[in-house]
Amino acid sequence: MAPRTITRAAVAGLAAVALLGSAACGSGFDDSSGDAAQSSGPASLQILIGSSGEAETKAVQDAAAKWASSSGNTATVTPAQDLTQQLGQALAGGTPPDVFYVDAAQFANYASVGALEPYGDKISNSGDFYESLRSAFTYDGKVYCAPKDFSTLALQINTDLWTRAGLTDADVPTTWEQLTAVAQKIKAKGQVPLALGDTRDRIGAFMVQNGGWLVSKDGKQPTADTPENLAALQYVKTMLGTGLAKYPKQLDAGWSGEAFGKGKAVMTIEGNWIKGALQNDFPNVKYKVVALPAGPKGQGTLSFTQCWGIAAKSKYKDQAIKFVEAMTSGEQQMTFAKAFGVMPSRQSAGDQYTAAFPADKVFIDGAAYAQGPVNAPKMDSVLKDLDTGLQGLANGDPKTVLQNFDKNAKAALGGS
Amino acid sequence: MATETLTAAATAGPAGPRRRRGGIRSNENLAGWLFVAPVIVILGLFLLLPILMALWVSLTDWNGQGSPFTGDVPFVGAHNYTQLFTEDGLARRDFMTSIRNNIYYVAIVVPAQTVLALGLALVVNNRMLKGKSFFRSAFYFPSVTSSVAISVVFLFLFANSGAVNALLGFLGIDGPEWFADSRGVLHLLFGAVGVDSPPAALADGGPFGLTWWDWLAGPSVAMISIITLVVWTTSGTFMLMFLAGLQNVPVTLDEASTLDGASRWQRFRHVTLPMIRPTTFLVLTLGMIGSWQVFDQVYVMSQGDPAKTTLTPAYLSYRTAFRDFDYGSGAAISFVLFLIIIILTLIQRRALAERDTDRPRRGLWRRRVPERS
Repeated sequence: MAPRTITRAAVAGLAAVALLGSAACGSGFDDSSGDAAQSSGPASLQILIGSSGEAETKAVQDAAAKWASSSGNTATVTPAQDLTQQLGQALAGGTPPDVFYVDAAQFANYASVGALEPYGDKISNSGDFYESLRSAFTYDGKVYCAPKDFSTLALQINTDLWTRAGLTDADVPTTWEQLTAVAQKIKAKGQVPLALGDTRDRIGAFMVQNGGWLVSKDGKQPTADTPENLAALQYVKTMLGTGLAKYPKQLDAGWSGEAFGKGKAVMTIEGNWIKGALQNDFPNVKYKVVALPAGPKGQGTLSFTQCWGIAAKSKYKDQAIKFVEAMTSGEQQMTFAKAFGVMPSRQSAGDQYTAAFPADKVFIDGAAYAQGPVNAPKMDSVLKDLDTGLQGLANGDPKTVLQNFDKNAKAALGGS
Repeated sequence: MATETLTAAATAGPAGPRRRRGGIRSNENLAGWLFVAPVIVILGLFLLLPILMALWVSLTDWNGQGSPFTGDVPFVGAHNYTQLFTEDGLARRDFMTSIRNNIYYVAIVVPAQTVLALGLALVVNNRMLKGKSFFRSAFYFPSVTSSVAISVVFLFLFANSGAVNALLGFLGIDGPEWFADSRGVLHLLFGAVGVDSPPAALADGGPFGLTWWDWLAGPSVAMISIITLVVWTTSGTFMLMFLAGLQNVPVTLDEASTLDGASRWQRFRHVTLPMIRPTTFLVLTLGMIGSWQVFDQVYVMSQGDPAKTTLTPAYLSYRTAFRDFDYGSGAAISFVLFLIIIILTLIQRRALAERDTDRPRRGLWRRRVPERS
């Protein structure tokens, strides 16, 4: 027994020494602190995008190729399977792509750890971007990156089902009361009135319409547990409880757009991406888009946006900024808009866009009263927890949901 | 355990002194080390070293930028671990919820898959059965199919208007909205006997920040569908192991007990089951390890939803690290999971080993054989 134990100990010790030795001698863990050395001249940019599909990938690849050939650089566009994870791994490995999509909901995570180059002011005519979008990419007073495009929520109405329920254009709801009234009429005809996504990214719009929001303007304080938010959630809870609104999963759909496309709901609240999705999957659905019904405190909607992030560790920052400049020019944004249906983030391109797509005016107009995502680091799990609460809203207590959010958010924000 | 000591003593006795003294055959040691060196290096480099690195990460607040092995990375000691157990916060609640889910998951999956696998193996092992090889491959088929593919198929089966609900509807049962239903099965049972809201005794208190009522929720309806899937897919593999065990049982024993007048059940209970106990141990252990590590089904089918009732420690660890960029916390969760698995395996081993001691020696030796292979 004893010699065996000794042998085992010896083996373990030897292995440990060998490993520690190899770890200590290894040069792979060196970390060049601070800024990466910059290279001028022709750059080969690596661009990682979280593409919505074939159309977007191709449009960005074409635009990048055009820029590359006219500027004498090379640019490789890679569509990510799972952008957050791939980017996380690349950043951890110390060799991130030079340019990549950053979602507004994730932005603070990246900015707070110094992964992003704050180039926002170096882009020409940066005041042309919508104010709400610029503030979505501002961290500690610095604008970090240029918004790529944006989306807002609006109300979609299936016109066939609408008329079948005996409703006319005059019935289009513009207030919460009207929404309830219309929904009751639809329900009386045996249809599901509203398909509503079960996350903060949809239900949050009701909070905004009631003058509330989850965090304070500077993103430092949680403000969920307020009478405004409570009233908003109670309104949603009533809608859910009385069957006037249903979550997509209850309608056997992955998301509201699918339920809407299948004709399982007469109305839904989604963003402008629903246009492309319906075109692809349910080309025969006739619908129209109107602004979200206003709440007691006026109109409100949510905006979603992504920006062109540049890695702080990139070797070609100047060239990368020029690349982003080319990608965010009004003209290029219109090309993207036509290719895969996104809305330009520059106000100057707004008129051009509404001229080309008059049906989307509602979405563009939403930018004026839209609320961006929660812009604070380390909030992901807190927001996930909120979503969990919202999923159980029909049977849950809105007050507890909001209180929980405040408690968790305070812990997450207080630390930073 | 006992045999190991025996063989160890047998070999170590004469070898010990020789090794220390050296002599003609002292080179054997060096040669031995040389022979095992490639494996040690490969295992060390790709297994042990990453584990040690992860252990280090779990002690830091590394944010995923650059290398975790520089002075800039804040060292937080055991904080990533304590926040999982002692601090009242979201991290602990999420972790404990995932532990609760996984306990119910293991408690159902392991017995169910073991019994099912044994049943299938008995069927296939039946000497009367025609077309044995067909059934053997048929039962094994789910195990060789990619778990992601099966998960996607199950998503369709358990959709609200899917095959399962259609079948239930045929029987006049209004099936649940499987993947949207976060209600716990035990809560539903309590509800059936009229206990809809938590009784005062269970409403608060309870260990680790979850109320007793939460702990007693049982697996959610969504979790049940994942459990069904896993039991179905894994039973094939374990059937194969049981089959190997059953074929090791000498036919003579069976015949002898028949001559002694044992009934079919008695033969199964007192001859077959004891003979395949090592296989049972193997199946239980592998099943338990596998089900504590459940990840891909959750990742594909539910991502922890609805209402975190399919959240498991393995998935939570992934989400914490790669979604929240909280690599330290994520690594800590996986080490806790590792410890849970080790401890439970040791307990299981002890439980089955204790019964071994009062068996005759020959039987002992016999039973050890398949376990080593």
